[in-house]
Amino acid sequence: MEFTKIPDYTQNAHNGAATILCSNCGVPMDGSTGLVMCYDCIKLTTDITKNIPKEANISFCRNCERFLQPPTQWMRAELESRELLAICLRRLKGINKEVRLVDASFIWTEPHSRRIRLKLTVQGEAMANTIVQQSFEVEFVVIAMQCPDCAKSYTTNTWRAAVQIRQKVQHKRTFLYLEQLILKHNAHVDTISIKESKDGLDFYYGQRNSAVKMLDFLNAAVPIKSRKSEELISIDTHSGSSSYKFTFSVEIAPVCRDDLVVLPKKVARSLGNISRLVLCSKVTNMLQFLDFKTLQTSDLLANTYWKAPFASLADVSELTDFIILNVEPVGVSRGKYVLADITCAREVDLGVNDREFYIRSHLGGILHPGDTAAGYYLVNSNYNSQLWDELVDNDSKDLAEVVLVKKKYERKSKKSKNRAWKLKRMAREHNEITADDNNSRSAKQEYAKAERDYEIFLQELEEDKELRETVNLYKDREAEQRLQTVDEDGEIDIDDDEDTPVIDVDELLDELDDMTLDG
Amino acid sequence: MATRTQFENSNEVGVFSKLTNSYCLIAVGGSENFYSAFEAELGDVIPMAHTTIAGNRIIGRMTAGNRRGLLVPTQTTDQELMHIRNSLPDSVQIKRVEETLSALGNVICCNDYVALVHPDIERETEEIIADTLGVEVFRQTIAGNVLVGSYCALSNQGGLVHPQTSVQDQEELSSLLQVPIVAGTVNRGSSVVGAGIVVNDWLAVAGLDTTAPELSVLESIFKLQDNQPNAINTNLRDTLIETYS
Repeated sequence: MEFTKIPDYTQNAHNGAATILCSNCGVPMDGSTGLVMCYDCIKLTTDITKNIPKEANISFCRNCERFLQPPTQWMRAELESRELLAICLRRLKGINKEVRLVDASFIWTEPHSRRIRLKLTVQGEAMANTIVQQSFEVEFVVIAMQCPDCAKSYTTNTWRAAVQIRQKVQHKRTFLYLEQLILKHNAHVDTISIKESKDGLDFYYGQRNSAVKMLDFLNAAVPIKSRKSEELISIDTHSGSSSYKFTFSVEIAPVCRDDLVVLPKKVARSLGNISRLVLCSKVTNMLQFLDFKTLQTSDLLANTYWKAPFASLADVSELTDFIILNVEPVGVSRGKYVLADITCAREVDLGVNDREFYIRSHLGGILHPGDTAAGYYLVNSNYNSQLWDELVDNDSKDLAEVVLVKKKYERKSKKSKNRAWKLKRMAREHNEITADDNNSRSAKQEYAKAERDYEIFLQELEEDKELRETVNLYKDREAEQRLQTVDEDGEIDIDDDEDTPVIDVDELLDELDDMTLDG
Repeated sequence: MATRTQFENSNEVGVFSKLTNSYCLIAVGGSENFYSAFEAELGDVIPMAHTTIAGNRIIGRMTAGNRRGLLVPTQTTDQELMHIRNSLPDSVQIKRVEETLSALGNVICCNDYVALVHPDIERETEEIIADTLGVEVFRQTIAGNVLVGSYCALSNQGGLVHPQTSVQDQEELSSLLQVPIVAGTVNRGSSVVGAGIVVNDWLAVAGLDTTAPELSVLESIFKLQDNQPNAINTNLRDTLIETYS
């Protein structure tokens, strides 16, 4: 123990005050201070820290590395941090009651010792009119346990709220994009688990509020409609309190980017009398439709869409390749779109017959004679759609025979391996699809399909700058090293003269997460 | 002779007893230990009386007296008064005092020749004190405290006053009382010296908490062991060594 003397009683020893003897040791001292004991004796006989416990316990969750702040709060705190100091000091009962805390600091301990030692300095009234400052140590035992949150996460069926996202389409592109959006906006932080199921994903949350937050995020990102349902788990008739499980069923509009859509008559009218056969050019929380013959665009609000939902006529899986034979710009352009009259022929028809199509397209800016473009081949298509039939019956002669959707870039087969960037993926612990030998053939097919969807999604990102801006791309260090070694070997020339879209290094982010210590 | 004792776990000996050169009053307690401590020292030398004052045990604070007389407050019952009368020698005059400051032990501090009293005490009371106790009466304060009886312990040999009394005040009191005065504490640092001890010319009884240095001061100022005030430092040393060895 260490004491610090505060007032100096020897100062007014000669002001006519009587000298008295210390009541404990008999040493002469000044009587006018009101002290009846000398400082040395006060030090010896009093202990102002006697009501403060010198040992205490602190609960610590091993899993999430948080400390318990009684009664129920769990706080993240580094060792020797000011937050931890606050937690520790709050555990000490006697402090700030009879004594005043002047200073507190950590004494270093080996982290594995599970001990936290504090050096505290307090001031307090030892006897009447005597303030004593005293320093002492307190040792906290860190008791490792599991916090309720972690306990919950290790127990099945403990979720309070679930968000089930579904999109009834064949491919996974929307979800891949959504995954990137969620990662970019950290919308997944509160999830207990994420499950993949048919046509969508399930997000599970411990709190209803987290699910509502997710729902708000989805509302802002994609055209959805949602329904809420609740299930009563238990009810306490005495207190009137009850607990529920909440499930939010979220459906994403089945219209995707690059889909060919026949708009219902009413919708087409309300969207500025746009042509009924349109391409879906952009999907945010609204659907944007592009009339490829006039470059007219219109946005359809999600809630308007859900009042009278309609399916797309054809999606990207039905795209056919066309060879461009001639491009004549019409002279109208809007944004990146340039209206042009294009002569094209099906790739499969080349050398077989001389069938050519003379069509109007919005891709006049990027297509050149000789290029390959992907488009919908409507001539021999047989759509099972009432809207389409209506359209054919009404004005079949004006109907386009071919709708070009996008330019196809020549890609080497190894291109995907040479990508210098990568995306973060969300850890999906459950129902992970892998191509193990043990898995059945259908599972393998599923896996191949997922891979293909992902590759298409990556290509889309490469081709569309606007889309790219909404997600985070990271530098792929492994790929960089791979590229360098290949360069030295001189086997593969990376710089092919194609105008294959390549993402600029400036757009990529350094990946902070798996940076190694020596890196 | 200076001894230490306790009244039912209380160190305030002066509250529960009154000691003069010719008699001793002791409060009625649950245990006789306190009484025994006095009896061992006083024996048959002076009469001792068990009593209460107005039903209270705090007789030391309620009464004031010396060799010649005893003053009791008006609240004292006739029965108590008669009991005291029967117990004390006939030479001791006993008088009831009609005084608003009825805790006479707190407001009067006297030996056989001089009395210090509370500055606000009534004129009649002052006269009664002078007549009954046969003393010269001075209105005084001790270290700014009006309760002179509480903060001063007085015998014909010397006096102990509140520890914060200045040297000037001590000299003034000393010249009034014509005895040496010292500032000090009893009962391990208690400044209420009048209530903490009782003293007459050959005996001082202090609370059980009183430390060896405090007891040495008592013995020397009240001349209980042929000690002179200037011998404190030499004799005290031996006591200290004894205490802490």
